[in-house]
Amino acid sequence: MHQFFHAFTNPFYFRQSLPDVWSGFLVNVHMMVVAEAFVLVLALLIAIVRGLPGPAARPLRVLAIVYTDFFRGTPLTIVALMCLLGLPGTGFAFFKNASSESLGILALALVYTAYVTEVYRAGIESVHGSQRMAARSLGLSYWQALRYVVLPQAIRRVIPPLLNDFIGLQKDTAIIGAIGVTEAAAQGTNFANNFFNYTGFFVGAVFFVYLTIPLARFTDHIIRERELRERAAAV
Amino acid sequence: MSADGSGPPFVSLRKVTKRFGELEVLRQVDLEVPEHGVVCLIGASGSGKSTLLRCINLLEKVDEGEIVVDGQPITNGKVDVNALRKKIGIVFQAYNLFPHMTVLQNVTLAPRKALGVPRDKAEAQARALLRRIGLEEKANEYPDRLSGGQQQRVAIARALAMEPKLMLLDEITSALDPQLVAEVLNLVRELAQSGMTMIIATHEMQFAREVADEICFLDGGVIHEHGPPERIFTEPREPRTREFLARVIEAGRL
Repeated sequence: MHQFFHAFTNPFYFRQSLPDVWSGFLVNVHMMVVAEAFVLVLALLIAIVRGLPGPAARPLRVLAIVYTDFFRGTPLTIVALMCLLGLPGTGFAFFKNASSESLGILALALVYTAYVTEVYRAGIESVHGSQRMAARSLGLSYWQALRYVVLPQAIRRVIPPLLNDFIGLQKDTAIIGAIGVTEAAAQGTNFANNFFNYTGFFVGAVFFVYLTIPLARFTDHIIRERELRERAAAV
Repeated sequence: MSADGSGPPFVSLRKVTKRFGELEVLRQVDLEVPEHGVVCLIGASGSGKSTLLRCINLLEKVDEGEIVVDGQPITNGKVDVNALRKKIGIVFQAYNLFPHMTVLQNVTLAPRKALGVPRDKAEAQARALLRRIGLEEKANEYPDRLSGGQQQRVAIARALAMEPKLMLLDEITSALDPQLVAEVLNLVRELAQSGMTMIIATHEMQFAREVADEICFLDGGVIHEHGPPERIFTEPREPRTREFLARVIEAGRL
């Protein structure tokens, strides 16, 4: 037991590894924030495309479905390997010059956009058709009904699952580290290789948990608030 | 069949047929409503009243026949649907207010976005409307804080905010508790007196008798009988109409 604690939570190595792991962790946070910003916007666009009516929009709908099916089904590790190792060798200057971190962000955004598209879509479908009908019957266009009536209700409903995916994305930034970006997990590995001690990983874990807990509590808070509001409506 | 014979019809339906799959919901329906006329559609649930209303603002597509609104044919596929709906207000049985918006926002949304009315002007108009329906103090409340009757009055105000030339009311009191029906019907009565052209699908026979210029009795998607309320309610000619009214009287609703 002593050896176990020594290997993972040695106070001396904790202090030793802290600065490097912290600087690595900032890379995680950076990847997470940039990827999430892309994900929130792109996923909403794709969810809207999937809901477009009429035969003219069929090719777009099919494209959106193929995208989500492919990237939701592919492990992030494989997408990350393709992006970080594969893309720079494709001959496109853009990918050749891109940093590993940017390619990691690309991999995260590709995979999580597919997940979050489904979350948005579930939200849009949960808004009763009579809402859209009421908006259209007032003379609002398809896009106005979507923008002012359907989406605000849909997005409000999916905030808890969105935050959940946000936490998942945050943690999966460590997978990028295993492939070649010097973030917290990679710093932990460096430390382990130099000192034959794994406390660096523990330090990284602590950082991740510290970042996750406020998000988790915020999610709880939103869910509770909604329950209260709906109960008030039922009275 | 003009309701009171004065002026050209504001709405006219000619041989309108609507099918849902195999089922014919409307069969060869003819109807004319003059400007300022009030027509009430009566008949059992499923007789086609709601579908008829929804065809007039193109929420449903007509399979056969022609509908003309304000001199403009709307069933030839060339009409600007959004422009048409701007002059036709519809109120639904289930209110369908927007739950994420306050009462004021519900009423100002369409004028602001569909007509481009500036915000302060739209809000001033909305407050005037809310005053008229007695709900000015609820302007900043959310719909779920209002009673059913209040919500339905807001839904009427929301439709009126577009300054429509025609109002379609689709069983707007059917979801209300009995004690809340009167406040909504009073508002509709006031609208009728102000000269609003209306087509009203309703189960409130006493109200229909009082407010309508013409009553149309629908059964199985067909208008079996139409005429002035006094005649329809006192001496119906068609056996189906008699049967329906007898059932209504039995249920104590006339």
